[in-house]
Amino acid sequence: MSFEPKIVAFLCNWCAYAGADMAGTSRLKYPGNMIAIRVMCSGRVDPEFILEAFEKGADGVFIGGCHPGDCHYVSGNYRTRRRVEMMKRLLEEMGINPRRLRLEWVSATEGQKFARVVKEFVEEIRQLGPSPIKKEEAI
Amino acid sequence: MAKRIGIFVCHCGINIAGVVDVERVAKEMASYPGVAFSTTYQYMCSEPGQNLIRQKIEEENLDAVVIAACSPSMHEETFRNVCGEYFNPHMCEMANIREQCSWVHDSEEATEKAFKVLKATVEKLRGNEDLEPIFVPVEKRCLVIGGGIAGIQAALDIADAGHEVILVEKEPSIGGRMAQLSETFPTLDCSQCILTPKMVAVARHPNIKLMAYSEVIDISGYVGNFNVKILKKPRYVDEDKCTVCGDCEDVCPAIVPNEFDMSKKARKAIYIPFPQAVPSTYTIDREACLGLAPLACAQCKEACEADAINYDMQPEIVEEKVGAIIVATGYDLYDKERLVEYGYGEDDDIITSLEFERMLSASGPTGGKIIKPSTGEEPKKVVFIQCAGSRDRKHMPYCSSICCMYTAKHAMLYKHAVHDGEAYIFYIDIRATGKDYEEFIARVMEEERINYIRGKVAKIYREGDKIVVWGVDTLTGKKVEIKADMVVLAMAVIGREETRDIAKLLKVAVGEGNFLKESHPKLKPVEALSRGIYFAGCAQGPKDIPATVAQASAAASKVLAMFSRDKLEKDPMVAVVDEEHCSGCGICISVCPYGAMQRQPNGKAKCIEALCEGCGTCAAACPSNNIEMKNYSDSQIKRMVEVVI
Amino acid sequence: MKKKIAMYWGAGCGGCDVSLLGIHEKLLDVLEKADIVFWPCATDFKYEDLEKMEDGEIDIAFYNGAIRTEENEKIAKLLRKKSKILVAYGSCATEGCVIGLANLYDRDEIFNAVYLDNETTPNEKKIIPQGMEKEGIELPEFLPSLKTLEQVVKVDAAIPGCPPPSPVLEEALNALLEGRTEFGKEVALCDECPRKDTKPDKIEIERFYRWHEKEDDGSCFLAQGMICMGPATRAGCGGECTSAGIPCTGCMGPVPKVENQGIAMLSAIASIIEDMDEEKERAVMESIKDMVGTFYKFSTAKLLPYGRFKDES
Repeated sequence: MSFEPKIVAFLCNWCAYAGADMAGTSRLKYPGNMIAIRVMCSGRVDPEFILEAFEKGADGVFIGGCHPGDCHYVSGNYRTRRRVEMMKRLLEEMGINPRRLRLEWVSATEGQKFARVVKEFVEEIRQLGPSPIKKEEAI
Repeated sequence: MAKRIGIFVCHCGINIAGVVDVERVAKEMASYPGVAFSTTYQYMCSEPGQNLIRQKIEEENLDAVVIAACSPSMHEETFRNVCGEYFNPHMCEMANIREQCSWVHDSEEATEKAFKVLKATVEKLRGNEDLEPIFVPVEKRCLVIGGGIAGIQAALDIADAGHEVILVEKEPSIGGRMAQLSETFPTLDCSQCILTPKMVAVARHPNIKLMAYSEVIDISGYVGNFNVKILKKPRYVDEDKCTVCGDCEDVCPAIVPNEFDMSKKARKAIYIPFPQAVPSTYTIDREACLGLAPLACAQCKEACEADAINYDMQPEIVEEKVGAIIVATGYDLYDKERLVEYGYGEDDDIITSLEFERMLSASGPTGGKIIKPSTGEEPKKVVFIQCAGSRDRKHMPYCSSICCMYTAKHAMLYKHAVHDGEAYIFYIDIRATGKDYEEFIARVMEEERINYIRGKVAKIYREGDKIVVWGVDTLTGKKVEIKADMVVLAMAVIGREETRDIAKLLKVAVGEGNFLKESHPKLKPVEALSRGIYFAGCAQGPKDIPATVAQASAAASKVLAMFSRDKLEKDPMVAVVDEEHCSGCGICISVCPYGAMQRQPNGKAKCIEALCEGCGTCAAACPSNNIEMKNYSDSQIKRMVEVVI
Repeated sequence: MKKKIAMYWGAGCGGCDVSLLGIHEKLLDVLEKADIVFWPCATDFKYEDLEKMEDGEIDIAFYNGAIRTEENEKIAKLLRKKSKILVAYGSCATEGCVIGLANLYDRDEIFNAVYLDNETTPNEKKIIPQGMEKEGIELPEFLPSLKTLEQVVKVDAAIPGCPPPSPVLEEALNALLEGRTEFGKEVALCDECPRKDTKPDKIEIERFYRWHEKEDDGSCFLAQGMICMGPATRAGCGGECTSAGIPCTGCMGPVPKVENQGIAMLSAIASIIEDMDEEKERAVMESIKDMVGTFYKFSTAKLLPYGRFKDES
C-alpha cells in the first residue's frame, strides 16, 4: 500500500480556520490527509504540541495563522513565527527534516491558498516518506 | 463524573450526506468511549432538528452534545443556545464535517476524516468544564488625560451624557495646541474663537472636574476599576480668589520667555499663559519667581487686593477611581536642532511652523504682524519648506498629515498681509485629502500666486542679510536658488515625550514618533490593547482638528457604551495561572498583548480575567506549564492531536 | 531496622559519588538509619556480592551515571532486580546529562573522533577498543546510544541535579528513608533566584549575548539577553549558579508538570524576542548557535534516546 501521510494542523480561529472554511464554500478539492484542530490563535500552539504530534506518529505538522499585522490578538502570529523558526532549527539538529513543519499565513478569504498549500504540503510529506520520530512504547 | 455525550450528525440535505456516510459515522461513533447516544437528521439547524436535540437530551439524559455539521462559525451559537436550555452551553461543541470535509474531499476520504474530526471533538468536549460569563463592575467615571481640543471634546461628550469626568491638564490652562493657532484651514475660522467657548463649557460643566496644572503620576487596576493618582502642582495663587486683574503681573520683576508664544515673547514669573486661559487664574512659575524661596520678593502678594496669593501652597496628591481612561496628550514638533541641514538654532530668521503660527495670531508676540525676527522688518520673500523631518528616513519616516494644509494657509495669510511679498513652498507631494481641502489648495495655488516647487531643499545658509535656500525643482529638473528673508519649516509632528510616561503607567504600547499604538489599525482605531483605555487626537497619530474631534467623540462613545451597563460581560474562555506552582519568571507578563498577566506583590503572575482575551499565547510560552486556557487546555489539545493521528 | 542501601556509578563523571560525601556530617545521620551494602566507589564490594543477594534485598539503590555500555546496562538490570526502590541519582541517570549530547552522533562518529582523529591520542595501529578480551576479562561493549536509567529499567524516584545540590540531596534522602518517593520543589528556579527582584515589567530580548560577551550587571540574566534556563528548571539549588554570576543551564531538569524542559524553554525564549522585522528576527535567532546544546544540555538522551534521526532526504 502506498504511503499516506498523517498530518495534524493547528488553525487559528480568525484567519486560517476561516480560510479553510472558505476553501469548502468554494468547493476546492484537496487531499484529506490533514486534520485541523481549531485554536483561538496560532500563538496558542505550544512547540510541545508540535513535538508531541510527531512523537505520536504525525508525518507532518501544519500551522495556519493570520498574515503578519493581521493577528486578531495583535502579536500572537509573530510569536508563532519565532517559535516555528526555532522549532525548525531544533528539528534539523535532531536530524529531522524541518520541512515536516510548515507555517502558512492564510486569511479568511484565501480559500484558494489554503487548498493549494495543503496539496503542496501533503505532496511534500509524501515525498519525504514516513516520519522516523514516532516514539517507541515506554519500557 | 463521566459525561453522557450525545452525537447529532447532520445530513445538511445532500451537502454532507451525499459524500459522508453519515449513518455509518453515527452508528460507529455510538460505541466511542463516553458517547451515550448518536443519531443523524436531515437538517439539524431546522426547528425539527433542534427539537430532536431537545427531545434526545431529555430522553437520553445527555449532559454534553456534539453536533457534527457545518463550521462552528455558522451555527455554534444556534446549537449552544438550544443546549443552554438544559445545561451549560459550553458543553456543546461542533464537529466541522461540511466546509472542511464533505465539500472538499471524496466520499471515502471524507467519511474517514469525519470520524477523526468527531473523535477529536468528543475528546475536547470531554475536557470542557462549565463556564459562566465573567462580570466586571464598572465605575462610571472617566479620566481624560490632556486638555487640548481632543480632551476637551471627549470630556464634554461624556459629561453631557451624565457621567463624571476628571480632566487632567499639566499646563496652567487647557486649550492645548489649538489655542496657539491663528486661523484654521480650510475655512479660516479664528482658532481661539471656536475653541474658547468649549473651554468655558468645560470650566462650567457640573460633571467635569477640571484639574489643570496637574499630572497623572500613578495608575493601577484595570477596565472598569482604575485607581489613579494625580499630582496637583501648587500655583501659589488661589484659583477661586484670583480675579485676573493683572496687578500682580504689573509689579512682578522676574521676566522669562512665554512657552505659549513658543518663547518668542516674554512673560512674568506670575503669569496667565493667554488671556482666555481656563481656569481663569494667574500662576506663579516656581522656577522663575524670586519670592518663593528664600522669601526675597513679595511684590505680587502686596499688589493683590483679592489676597489670592499664597506662597505656602503645597503639592497635593489626589486619588480618584475611574472606569475608563482617555489619553489625549497631543503632539509636539520634532526637535528643530536635529535638522542640521536646515540650519536651525543658528539663525533667527529660520522659524518653525508653530512659531509662524504665533506670529500670525493677533494675540501673538508681534500682534499679528509678520516680521523678520532678526530685524523686525517686513519679509518680502518667504520660503516655506514642507516635510521638515517628516517622510524622511533620517528623521521621521511617516507623513505628518497636517503640514500641506497649514503651509498653504501660512502662505495665503502671508500674502494677505504682505501684498507685494513672494512666497515659495517646497513640497514632496501635496496631500489634501480632507473635505474641501483640495479646493483650498487649488485656491491658494491659483489665486494667491504662491510658487509651489516640487522638490526637497538640500541646504540653507546665510549670505549677508538673506537666507539662501538651495533646492531642486524635480518637475523641471533644474536647480533652484532662492534668496529669502525668512524661512518657515513645517516641522514633523511627533507625540509628546510625556506620552511615553503615561503609556508606561497604563502599560500600553508606544510606537515610532511617540504615538500610542491602537488595538487594531482599522477596526479599533481609538482603543488601546488593554480594555478600558482609549485614545484621542494626535497622541495616537498626526491628525488635523476635524479628525481629532471625531476621534475624541468616538473615544467618548466607546466610554459611554461601557458606562451604559452596570457590569461588563466578557467571554469566560480566559487563562488561569496555577499560582502555587508559578515561579514568577515573568515570561507570560512579557508576552501578553493585553496587560492581563500581572505580577502580584508575592512575585507570582495572575491573570486579570477582565483583560484577558483568551488567545493563549501565554499558555504556550509558560516554561512551567502553569497556565491553562479554559476549555482549551494543554491536555485537551494533546488528546485531540492523539486521536486525529 | 536499618535500611540496606546501595550506590552505583554508571557512565558519568563521578561527581555524584562526591556529592553524597558533600552533605558532610549529615551522612552520619543517614548511616544511623541505613547500612551500605554495595558502593563500589567507596567500599570493596564486587559484582558477585550483588548477584548473591536475594531479589529485593536492597531497600534503596541509587544509580548515578547514564547507561552507555553493556556493563552499565547489566548492573542497572541487576540492581533493579535486587532492590525494592531504585533511584536515579543525578542528572546522568535521570536525563542523560551532558554526556547525552553524544546522542547527536552515532557510535562510529564518536569512535573516530576519540580514537582516530584526535591528534593528542597516538594510535598508530588504529585500535578501536571494542570487543576485546584478555585473560577472561572482556571490555564491555559501547552501546549504540546513551540511555537514561528509566529508558532501561523501571525507576521509582529521581534526584535531579549535576550533581544533586546538598539541600536537594538531604531532602531526598530523608524522604526515601521514610519511604516516600516524591520529593523536591515543584516550582522553577526563578522562585528562589537571588536576582528575582531585578526582573523588569516586561522581558524583551533585542539580541542574545553569550555569557562572555557581556558584563553581568547583576540583574536577571534573561533581561540582560543571556539565555538562562531558570524559568524552565526545577528549583532546589537555591540559585547556586546565578548567585555566582553564571546563568542557569538547567541541570535540575524540568518542573514536575513539564515533560520536556528544552521545548518549554525554547518556546519561552522565542516568545520574548522583541518585535522586529522578520529578517532581523531570524538573525537574532541564528545567534543561538546550538539549539540542542542550549535547551537540552542535560536532556538530549531524553530527546533522542536512539540517537540523531536520519531524515535528511
